[in-house]
Amino acid sequence: MSPKAPIRKPAKDVEGRLVGLAEHVIECARTNKEPAFHIPVRALSNVEFSKSRRIIELKKAKTERQLLSLSTAKKFMQTMLVGDALSVLQREGLSRSLREIYYRTKHTIEGSNENTFDGQEESDPIIEDLEVTLEALREELHVRAEAAGSLVGPMTIVDDGDTIDCARLGKGGYSVPSIVEPHDVHIKKCTADFVLLIEKGTQWNALNEDKFWKRFNCVLLTGNGQPPRGVRRFARRMHDEYKLPVYVLVDNDPWGYYIYSVIKQGSINLAFESMRMAIPDAKFIGLSSRDPQSHGLPRNVGIKLNDKDIARARELKGYPWFQKKEWQLEIDFMLKSGLKYELDSLANKDFRYLTTDYLPKKLKDKDWLD
Amino acid sequence: MRVTAEQLATQQREISVAEFFTKNRHLLGFDNPRKALLTTVKEAVDNSLDACEEAGILPSIRVKIEVVAGRDGATLPPAQADRFIITVTDNGPGIVKEQVPRIFAKLLYGSKFHRLRQSRGQQGIGISAAGMYGQLTTGKPVRVISRTSPGRAAHSFAIQINTQKNEPVVLEDNKIEDWEHPQGTQVSIELEGRYQRGRASVEEYLELTAVANPHIELFYETPEGNLIHHKRGVEVLPRPPKEIKPHPYGIEFGMFLKMLQDTKAKLLGVFLSSDFSRVSANAAGEICKEAKLSANARPRDVVGAAAEKLFSCLQNAKLMAPPTDCLSPIGEEAILAGLYKQIRGEFYTAVTRSPQVYRGNPFIIEVGLAFGNDPKLKKEEPEEPAAPLAEGESADGEDDVQLARLMRYANRVPLLYQQSACCTFQSVVETAWKLYGMSQSRGAMPQGPLVVFVHMASSWVPFTSESKEAIADYDAIRKEIKLGIQEAGRRLGKYIRKREHAKDEWKRRNIFALYIGEVAEACGRLKKGSISVDRLKKQLLQMAEERTGGEETDRILRKQREEEERREHTIVVTPSGAEGAIPKLLATEAPPADGAAPAMTTEPGAPDAAPAVQASLFPDVAPESKAKRKNKKAARAPGAVESRTSRLTKSQPTLFGKDAEQIKKEKPKSNKKPGRGK
Ligand SMILES: Nc1ncnc2c1ncn2[C@@H]1O[C@H](COP(=O)(O)OP(=O)(O)O)[C@@H](O)[C@H]1O
Ligand SMILES: [Mg+2]
Repeated sequence: MSPKAPIRKPAKDVEGRLVGLAEHVIECARTNKEPAFHIPVRALSNVEFSKSRRIIELKKAKTERQLLSLSTAKKFMQTMLVGDALSVLQREGLSRSLREIYYRTKHTIEGSNENTFDGQEESDPIIEDLEVTLEALREELHVRAEAAGSLVGPMTIVDDGDTIDCARLGKGGYSVPSIVEPHDVHIKKCTADFVLLIEKGTQWNALNEDKFWKRFNCVLLTGNGQPPRGVRRFARRMHDEYKLPVYVLVDNDPWGYYIYSVIKQGSINLAFESMRMAIPDAKFIGLSSRDPQSHGLPRNVGIKLNDKDIARARELKGYPWFQKKEWQLEIDFMLKSGLKYELDSLANKDFRYLTTDYLPKKLKDKDWLD
Repeated sequence: MRVTAEQLATQQREISVAEFFTKNRHLLGFDNPRKALLTTVKEAVDNSLDACEEAGILPSIRVKIEVVAGRDGATLPPAQADRFIITVTDNGPGIVKEQVPRIFAKLLYGSKFHRLRQSRGQQGIGISAAGMYGQLTTGKPVRVISRTSPGRAAHSFAIQINTQKNEPVVLEDNKIEDWEHPQGTQVSIELEGRYQRGRASVEEYLELTAVANPHIELFYETPEGNLIHHKRGVEVLPRPPKEIKPHPYGIEFGMFLKMLQDTKAKLLGVFLSSDFSRVSANAAGEICKEAKLSANARPRDVVGAAAEKLFSCLQNAKLMAPPTDCLSPIGEEAILAGLYKQIRGEFYTAVTRSPQVYRGNPFIIEVGLAFGNDPKLKKEEPEEPAAPLAEGESADGEDDVQLARLMRYANRVPLLYQQSACCTFQSVVETAWKLYGMSQSRGAMPQGPLVVFVHMASSWVPFTSESKEAIADYDAIRKEIKLGIQEAGRRLGKYIRKREHAKDEWKRRNIFALYIGEVAEACGRLKKGSISVDRLKKQLLQMAEERTGGEETDRILRKQREEEERREHTIVVTPSGAEGAIPKLLATEAPPADGAAPAMTTEPGAPDAAPAVQASLFPDVAPESKAKRKNKKAARAPGAVESRTSRLTKSQPTLFGKDAEQIKKEKPKSNKKPGRGK
């Protein structure tokens, strides 16, 4: 068995760290030094794949954000405003969305008609900057993302004091919130054998309708596309706390590969969170580029790879975490065929093909990629 | 079946001028009613200027366009009217009575064709063609009043052209003892036309003329009843160009044959040395020898192969370049005066290149640049109350791209059509303006509030067509234009860099001040009010000042540099005034007292700030109301270059006696200048 993913200790005194921003400025002003924050760089160049821990980790490079430099002054000011807003959330025990934080911090700078923020695309990265700089997770900063996940399966949880039996939630399932820390969502009981994380909500619906989870005693989880943080974190908790294997089911295209890789070893942008989000033991159950052949899917339900797909696939091939031989072959096979396949295309064989044939066979044969 | 010579003969006849004109009106600039209106003004004004300058008189010219009432007596608004009377009056030498009919009603009659000299008119076709156009479209005669000196009476004529014979027909010929002008000529032509403002309009043409001819004074009474006054900027007449004989390199074979036939010289050698420039008697002898012809042959006998041989020997002979003193460039000072006078900007420069030769024709290229928005105007406009921008909005106007405006001239005459076919345009777009601090997309004019002025003075300007709208693309010419642009551009670049640097610093401090306020307040909130926000702010501002060189910035911005280097033929305008080579006539202009009326016109009651030396033809013009001026300012698009010209409403004074009453009171309207901005 591979080494356990490291567990990150929760951040303490988040409010104190935010107030620290102000203290830095005050101290600089007192000693006549230029105020500057040092913010870890969130780019491919500054992450590395830790072979031993099997997750993407942030390296040491930092950028300097100065108050008295033309290129960074505005961002410095924005950082202070967001820091201030986040400290309010801490003090008042609230959690709010990225969008609300944008609106809260947006105003016209006095004496000008310049806005503090022109759009949310300016404030979101500042929040990420603070996450990495203060080493506090978004959840710990009380920032919510959209809750776009669904879960169903044999488990009981307590969410905000309400006990929920996830096996009795009909077609809708449990809507996974964006903050799922033990403090917020407690897993009271879980008897499942594994977690199946599905890219598409439509397939999750189909599997739930077919009661796949009952037959195979598993938890069905989806994030409707790239799984949001809550979904990833919750999967990781089930993996950690109940030792459940996690299988990932995605479309057969470069985007599907990437979703899988983010679940498995974290993302480049939020590499510092890998320690709490990544599931290095997660397995890629499908769709593999060989599946169409082995399952007799006709060529005409494939979709031609476009230029972007091809470029993306080549890029993925270069990532350190895709260097395993099986993965190189998998990606090459897709590039060679020039086709991609959606999960939905299995319906070409039979409406229930996914539940009755494809997944059972995969699970039985342990036919997955690591 | 074949046509016999006899049958052809029945169809062969003289082509009447009228027919020729109708078929070739596009060549003469009368292709459509809109252009016809402009061409008529242009021909008359060009003639007036040529005549004044030749006579050594500082020109004062008045152009008036009136709408002709329809048969029902109703007058249409100018934009919808199709019939106009154009009247151009000058203070020139006048025309002797006997010549008037032929000048105005005989095509190809003039004083300029038979000589090689830089002048506006060339073929003796201009004004009579305009008269003919008027006659063909309205049936009305050309009306001319001319007076050759205060001591003589003026004569007034109504003349038509006999289109079969190309001969004038005089309908009226009256003596006027008490003509209001002591000397000069007035031409009125009634014609079918279309009046439009904007690009290639009469207004633009006159404005451009005023730029390149700062020694003239121009009044323009628009059909709407406005009076636009372009003041005189300099008091010196351009140096009169000298006549030169053609240089052999510039002559074409057909022309050469014609010269052989027409020459007064009896001997071939004499013909060569006397009818061409830069051919000495010696050289003539050698050329004859080379062509195996006798220097004593009769020029008229040299035909066919012999003429061809002689022509090629002439072309190959080593000769000095033609003399260049026949050219009359505008001059750097005058260009500067013209630009400064007509265009509101913050930086002006002008370059007159030294003479060059293309195909045996001497020419001079001159380039001027006017850049920026008048800082005085900027200062006056109260800053808009800060309107917070919603998502997706951008600060006003920033996404509009304003392309530079090109002012093209050939022998001081503005070129209004076919810009992209013009050598000047090619040269401008091929220049790498980025080097001079301007942005530019490939193959396009540079962007920004910039006017590029290009003038070609030559004894023979190579136009792309008869209608004289674009300068043909000769390597030698293009090269010169580019060199001129580069020289002026370098000066501009230097100025922009300096200014940008100062602006940058200023922006930095400004921004820092704004951001520091936000930062300090955020700190105060984070510390739950336990610190002094004001003190923190002060400390940070102090730091910003130290780190970004505040003092230096202030100095540059307020133009307090004592060591400000003197730039040659450059004017820089700052909020506190203009410095550099400001023309004397314009320098005396009193700065606006309330900062609201920048050099637009004289204040009521105030003495005219720029007294014209030559008694102005039309001295009394009414200053427009303040309210209107305000209006004008509001309508001014950001970045638009605006003229220092006064636009006056004609309300009280009688300018032209009885005409004055006919002019309607003007409704307040915006002063959007034509052909500008976006
Ligand atoms: N306003 C004027 N004052 C004096 N002379 C004039 C005036 N207008 C025209 N002329 C004379 O009439 C001639 C013919 O004019 P025009 O037909 O325009 O031909 P061009 O200008 O090409 O010579 C001019 O060459 C000039 O001698
Ligand atoms: Mg003429």
